[in-house]
Amino acid sequence: MIWKKHFFKKTCCQCGDPDTEIQNEELENRGKVRKRKKKTENKRVVISNLPFGSKKWKENPNRYYDSNEIKTTKYTIFTFLPKNIYEQFHRFANIYFVFIALLNFVPVVNAFQPEVSVIPICVIMAITAIKDAWEDFRRYKLDKEINHMGCYIYSREEHTFVEKCWKDVRVGDFVQLQCNEIIPADILLLHSSDQNGICHLETANLDGETNLKQRRVVMGFSSQDTVYEPEFFQNTIICEMPNNDLNKFKGYMVQPNNEQVGCNIENLLLRGCTIRNTEVAVGIVIYAGHETKAMLNNSGSRYKRSRIEQRMNMDIFICVGLLLVMCLVGAVGHGIWTGNFQEHPPYDVPDSNGNFVSPVLAGFYMFLTMIILLQILIPISLYVSIELVKLGQVFLIHNDIDLYDEEADLPIQCRALTITEDLGQIQYIFSDKTGTLTENKMVFRRCTVDGIEFSHQENDRRLRTQRELDLDSEELAKLRRWAVGALSRGRAAPREPLRRAHSERARAGPHGGSRSLRRRDSGQPQVAFSSPMEKDVTPDSRLLRRVREAALQTESFSPFMHAKTSTSFTDFFLALAICNTVLVSTATEPRQRVTIPPPIKPSGITLEKIHQIFQRLKLASLSQSFSSSQSSSQLGASFSAKNTEEPLAVLESGDDGASSGGQELQDKGSTDIGSASLAEVFGSNRSLPAEFCYEAESPDEAALVYAARAYGFVLVSRTPEQVTVQLPQGTLLTLDILCTLGFDSVRKRMSVVVRHPLTKEIVVYTKGADSVIMDLLDNSPKGDISTERRLKRIKERTQKHLDYYARDGLRTLCIAKKVLNEDDFQKWANFRQEAEAAIDNREELLIETAQHLETKFTLLGATAIEDRLQDGVPDTIVSLQEAGIKIWVLTGDKQETAVNIAYSCKLLNQRDTVFTINTENKETCESLLNLTLEEVKKNCESNQPQRKLFGIMPRCPWAAEAPSREFGLVLDGRTLSAIVQGGLQEKLLALAQRCRAVLCCRSTPLHKSMVVRMVRGHLRAMTLSIGTYSLRGSRRRQALGVSLSGWMGFIGTNSVASQRLLLQLQFVMRVWV
Amino acid sequence: MENKTSFLPREGEAQPSRCPDNSAFKQQRLPAWKPQLTIASVLSCFFLTGAFCLTVGVCLVLSSNSVREIQINYSDKCSNCTKLRENSSNWNKECHCSVNFTLKEDILGDVFMYYGLENFYQNHRRYVTSRSDAQLLGRNVNIQRSKCAPFSTYRNGTPMSPCGAIANSIFNDTIDLFYKRNSSVIQVPLLKTGVSWWTDKNVKFRNPESYNLSSAFAGTARPPYWQKPVYLLDEEDERNNGFVNDDFIVWMRVSAFATFRNLYRRLRRVRHFTEGLPAGNYTFRIAYNFPVTRFKGRKHVILSTVVWSGGKNPFLGIAYLVSGTAATLAGFVITGIHLKLRKKKTYFQKQ
Repeated sequence: MIWKKHFFKKTCCQCGDPDTEIQNEELENRGKVRKRKKKTENKRVVISNLPFGSKKWKENPNRYYDSNEIKTTKYTIFTFLPKNIYEQFHRFANIYFVFIALLNFVPVVNAFQPEVSVIPICVIMAITAIKDAWEDFRRYKLDKEINHMGCYIYSREEHTFVEKCWKDVRVGDFVQLQCNEIIPADILLLHSSDQNGICHLETANLDGETNLKQRRVVMGFSSQDTVYEPEFFQNTIICEMPNNDLNKFKGYMVQPNNEQVGCNIENLLLRGCTIRNTEVAVGIVIYAGHETKAMLNNSGSRYKRSRIEQRMNMDIFICVGLLLVMCLVGAVGHGIWTGNFQEHPPYDVPDSNGNFVSPVLAGFYMFLTMIILLQILIPISLYVSIELVKLGQVFLIHNDIDLYDEEADLPIQCRALTITEDLGQIQYIFSDKTGTLTENKMVFRRCTVDGIEFSHQENDRRLRTQRELDLDSEELAKLRRWAVGALSRGRAAPREPLRRAHSERARAGPHGGSRSLRRRDSGQPQVAFSSPMEKDVTPDSRLLRRVREAALQTESFSPFMHAKTSTSFTDFFLALAICNTVLVSTATEPRQRVTIPPPIKPSGITLEKIHQIFQRLKLASLSQSFSSSQSSSQLGASFSAKNTEEPLAVLESGDDGASSGGQELQDKGSTDIGSASLAEVFGSNRSLPAEFCYEAESPDEAALVYAARAYGFVLVSRTPEQVTVQLPQGTLLTLDILCTLGFDSVRKRMSVVVRHPLTKEIVVYTKGADSVIMDLLDNSPKGDISTERRLKRIKERTQKHLDYYARDGLRTLCIAKKVLNEDDFQKWANFRQEAEAAIDNREELLIETAQHLETKFTLLGATAIEDRLQDGVPDTIVSLQEAGIKIWVLTGDKQETAVNIAYSCKLLNQRDTVFTINTENKETCESLLNLTLEEVKKNCESNQPQRKLFGIMPRCPWAAEAPSREFGLVLDGRTLSAIVQGGLQEKLLALAQRCRAVLCCRSTPLHKSMVVRMVRGHLRAMTLSIGTYSLRGSRRRQALGVSLSGWMGFIGTNSVASQRLLLQLQFVMRVWV
Repeated sequence: MENKTSFLPREGEAQPSRCPDNSAFKQQRLPAWKPQLTIASVLSCFFLTGAFCLTVGVCLVLSSNSVREIQINYSDKCSNCTKLRENSSNWNKECHCSVNFTLKEDILGDVFMYYGLENFYQNHRRYVTSRSDAQLLGRNVNIQRSKCAPFSTYRNGTPMSPCGAIANSIFNDTIDLFYKRNSSVIQVPLLKTGVSWWTDKNVKFRNPESYNLSSAFAGTARPPYWQKPVYLLDEEDERNNGFVNDDFIVWMRVSAFATFRNLYRRLRRVRHFTEGLPAGNYTFRIAYNFPVTRFKGRKHVILSTVVWSGGKNPFLGIAYLVSGTAATLAGFVITGIHLKLRKKKTYFQKQ
C-alpha cells in the first residue's frame, strides 16, 4: 500500500513538471517505436490519449486502433446490389439458373422466350435480396442505437468526464462508469469507488451467468482518492493483440520509471457487461469496437448448414448429373438420327442461310437445348420455398405456447434460423448433469465432521413439508386466481384456457407446479440461487449442540487449552463460511454489497472486553434458559450497553427454533437498540442487516454458506483483504485473507489462506473434491501415536460416509485445513507474487504454486449437497429413449453419485446391464472394451432372429414383444483419456452404439468436448448438446445446441425454457418434420 | 395445465408478458383435416378407385370399339406415284392414283375423312417454331425477322406468303371419294369446311385486308414447295381461301407425334348419303403430290365415325383399365398384409 502511494506521488510530481512537452514527445517516440514493433511482436501498445488532444491526433500512436463504432451490417446502400448478388451466387443453384436463363438468349439453342425465362430467377433473387436487406436494416438500426448510447469520457479541455456516445470512445480514452451501466469497450480498470479497488461485473450478456464477477484495479492504482485524475496517467500499457478468449488477457503496464506491473483478465472490464455494486469505476480503453472480446466472440453468425440442406445439396448434384446424362443421351441420339437422313425431310429445317448443320454440331446444340428443356429437374423455387418454410417454422416455434416458461416469462428463443428442422432428427443427446438434469439449486443435506455423521433429519422433514406446503398454496393460488378473475372479468379470464388440448397429455412430472410456486415466492429471480429451499437449513440438533459448545470454548479465548474436537467443529463451519468467493448483499437492496468498513483496530484489542461479556452472558443464559423472547429481549436490553442481542437469542432458544427465534430477536435488536454500543466495541458503526443475500459463483458455495449460517457462522462481509464472520455468540470475527486460491478443474479444490485474529495462526482452509483432498492429507508420522490413530480413524470414517453420500446421489465436498508457520508462508507468498507478476504461462505457475501450498491437510469433515432433479426429467429421458435417441450424460461428479442420479432420472434402468470401465491403463482398457463389446454383440445376435419375424418392419427393434436387454455404459474421465490416447475411439463407439445410455463421470470440460467431437466425427450422427459452456464450446459446426434458459441463462442456439419443454420441442418436431 | 395457468402475472403489477398469443394461427389450431388412415378407410379408398376406373375404362373401350373406321395405306398402294415423287425434279408432273375398297356394311351417322402420316416429325423443335403468326393474322410484317428463315424470302427478296417450314411442307394431296352404284359412279359429296378449330379459323388466321385476295398477296410469292399461290387454295369459296383455308389451318396446327392424322373432309349427308355411307364399292381418287419416301413415311386415308368419347382411340380406355386394375390389386395386397399382421402388435399400436 505504501509503495502504491509513493508511486502516485511520483506520477503527480512528474505531471507538474514544466517539461511535460518533452516527456510527451518521448512518449510519442516510444509509441512509434512500439507501433513499428507491434507488427513483428504481436503486441498492442496503448497510452493515454490525453496528452495529444484533438490537434495532435495525428501523432497519437493509438490512432491506428479501431474506434468503438461498431458496424455489423453487411451492406451499404451502394454496395448492396453487387454484394448481395455476389453473396447469392455462392449458392450453386442460383448460378445454375442464371446460366440457363442466359443460355436461352443464344439463338441456336433457345427453347423458350428468353425474356420470359429470366423472370423466375429474378423474382427468386429479388425475394432473397429483400429478406437480406431487411435483416441488414435491422442490424443497422441496432448498431445505431448501440453506437449512440452514452458514456462518460474524460476530456482534457474540461478537466472532467463529459458525456459522449459509445462510438466516440477511442483506445486510450478514460471512461467513467457508474453502477448498472453497460461497459462500452474493453477497459482496463484503474480506479474503483470501492476502497479495495474492486468492481463487480455481471456478465449475463456475455455468458449468461447471472452471478457477479469481481474485477480488481490494476496493482498500484487502488488509491483511496475519491476522484481519479486521468491526467496523471503516464504509463504505457503493453498487451496482447485482440482475441476472442473471454477468460484470458495478458499484459503489463510500464511505468515511467520502467517498472512493470502485470495485468490480467481480473483487471479487464469487458464490453457488454454491466457494472454492479460499484458506484464509480474508471479505466482506460484497451480494445474498442470490433476488437473487443465480446465483438470478436460473436463475429458473424456462424452459418450452420442443416442436415436437410446438406442432403439437398447432394441431391441437387445428383440431379445435375442425371440431367447431364439425359442431355448427353438426347444429344447423341439426335446426332445419330440426323446423320441417318439420306435426304433431308421437310421437317428438318435448315438454318437461316439454308445450310444444314452437321450431325455433330446438331447434337451439340441439342445438348444445350436439352439442358434448357430439362432444367425443371431442379426446381427453381426449391431454395426459396425451403427458406420460407423455415421462416414459418421458426415463427411457429417462437409462438408455441407449450414452449413458454411462465415462471421466467420467457418464450423459446431460436438463435440459429437455419437448422431448426434438424431438431427432429437427433440421434444423440449430450447432456450436462448439473443445471440440465438437475435444477442446479443446491440444498445442504448432510455433513460429517471429525468422523461423526450428522444426518440432519429435521432438515429432511422440513424439505418434505415444504413440498407439501407448495402443493397447498397451489390450491390457494388457484382460489385467488378465481377470485381475481371474477372481480376483473376480461383481464384474467381469457387467459385461462391457455394450453392447447394436447398439452394436457404431454404434461409431465410428479411435482408439476411446485417449482413454479417456489420460484414465484422468491420473487423476481434477480438474485441468483436464493430460493428459501436453499437458504433455510434446519440445523441438526446434535451438531448444533456440539458447535455451540465448541464455539463457546473458542470464544472464551483459551487458545492454549482448547480441545481438539471443538476446534474442528468451529473450524469446519468457519471453513464453510469463508472458504469461498461468495459476495454478500442485503435482501432489502439487492446487489448493494455489504461492505462494513474493516475495524480500525484489530479486534484483538477488545478481546478482554469480549471475554468479559461472554463470561457474563453465560451466566445469564444459564439462569434464564427458558425465558420468553420478550424477557430475553429485555435482558438483552440490559446488556445493550456492551453487547448485541443475537448471542442471547442463540443461546436461549431451543434447539429447533434456534434460527427463527434468533431471527425475531435480531430484527428487534436492530430496531430497538442503538448501534452506538456496537460501534464502541467493534469500531463498526452499524448493526447487522436483517437478512443477507449471498451471491456465489456456484450454487454449492451458496448452499454451504447458508448451512454455516444455520449453525450461527454468518458470513457478514467479504472484501479481498478481509472476511468478517459472525460467530454463534454474535462476535464479529474479522480474518485477514492472505490469499485466495480459486477453484479450477485441474486442482478440483479451492483454498483460502487467512490469519486467525485470535490465535494469529496462518491457516489454509481448503474445500474440494473428496478424491483430491483425501490424497493430500497429512500422512507423515507424528510423535503422538494416539493422535495419529485418531486421524486415521477420522479419515476412514469420513471416507465411509462419503461413499454413503455418493450412493445417495449427493454431491460431496471435503473440508480440510492446514496451519502454516510464518516463515513457510512468507516463502510461499514470495513465490506466489512472482507467479502473479509473470506474463508468460502465468496460469501454470499459479496452479503450481497453489499445489505447492495445498498439501498435508488435516481433514475436518465433508458435506453432502443435494442437487434436485428438474421436474419431469425422468419422463423426458424415458420418452427420448423410447424414441430411440441415445443419451450421453457427461458430468464431473463422482461415479457413485452420477450412477445414482442416472438411476433416479431413469437414464439407467434397474434391469439394464451396466458396464463400468475404470482404468488408466490403455491395454486393460482395450481388453475390457473388447470383452464388453463381445458380450453385447452376443446379446444382440440372440435378439436378431426375433426381429426377422417381422418381415415388414425389420428395423423396428421395439416390435419385439420380449424386452430385450438394454445396456448402459459408465466411464470415467481417466478412462476417457486412456481411450483417446490409446486410439480406442472406434471400439468405444462401437460399444456405445449398442448401449442405451452412456454416463461419463469425473470428466473435465475438456473431456466433455472431446467426447462430443468424437461422436460427431466418427459416427456422423446428428447430435444435440444441452447444457453449459464446455459442451457448447464444442458444438461449433453443424451440431445443434439447446441450452436451457431460466437458471443457466440463455445462450447458444436454441434456448428452451426447461427440460420438460425440450421433450415437447423434440416430439412436436418429430411429428411434423 | 391448471397448475401453470395459475401462475400468470397478477393484475396490476403486470408488465407486458412475453407469453405468445394464444391464437388459433400461432398455436396451429386452425381447422385442418388430419386423416386417420384406418384399414377400412384405406381399403375402401383403393377399392372404390379401382371400381370407378374399371367402369370408366370398360365404357371407353366399348364406345371406342363401336366406332367404324376404314384405314387405307395409299402410299404403298400407289407405289408408282410414290416412286415418281421420290425424285423432286418431277415435282411438276401430275400423278393420279385410284384406290378401291368395299364397304360390307353401311357406315351410319357422320362420317369424317382423315389423312394420316407416319414418321413425319411435325414436332421437330425448329420445325415447330418455323412460322410467323403475325403474318398469318394478316398483318403486314417484315417476316425477315420472324423465325421463318430460311423459308422467309427468296434470294431476290420476295417474301414468301405464308412463310416458314410448316407452311412450306403442307400436305397437298387431293383425295376424292367415289361410290359405285349400279355401275354408275357417283362422287360422294364432301365438305371442305368446318374441319378446323373455330378459334383458328376466326381468330388466329386472317387474310390481309384488301379489295381482293390476289391484290392482298401482291408482292409475295408462294413457298418453294407449293404449286399454286396461297390465294388460289380454294377458288370456289372466298371464305375458304388464303390464310383462312381450312386445309391450310389444319396443317398449321402441328401434331405432337410422328404418326398422326388430320381431319380432311366431312361427309355431306345428302341424297344417297343421308344415313351415312351405304355399303358398296368405293374408290379414292388421289392426286398424289406429297412425297413421303424422303422421310421413310407412309400416307393413309381414313374414314371414320365419331362417338361421345371421340374417334377410334382405345388408349384412354386402356389407361383407365390399367389404373383400375392396379388400384384393385393394391387393395387386395393391403388386405392380405392386414389379415396377416392383424394379430401381431406393432410398436405403433402399443402406444
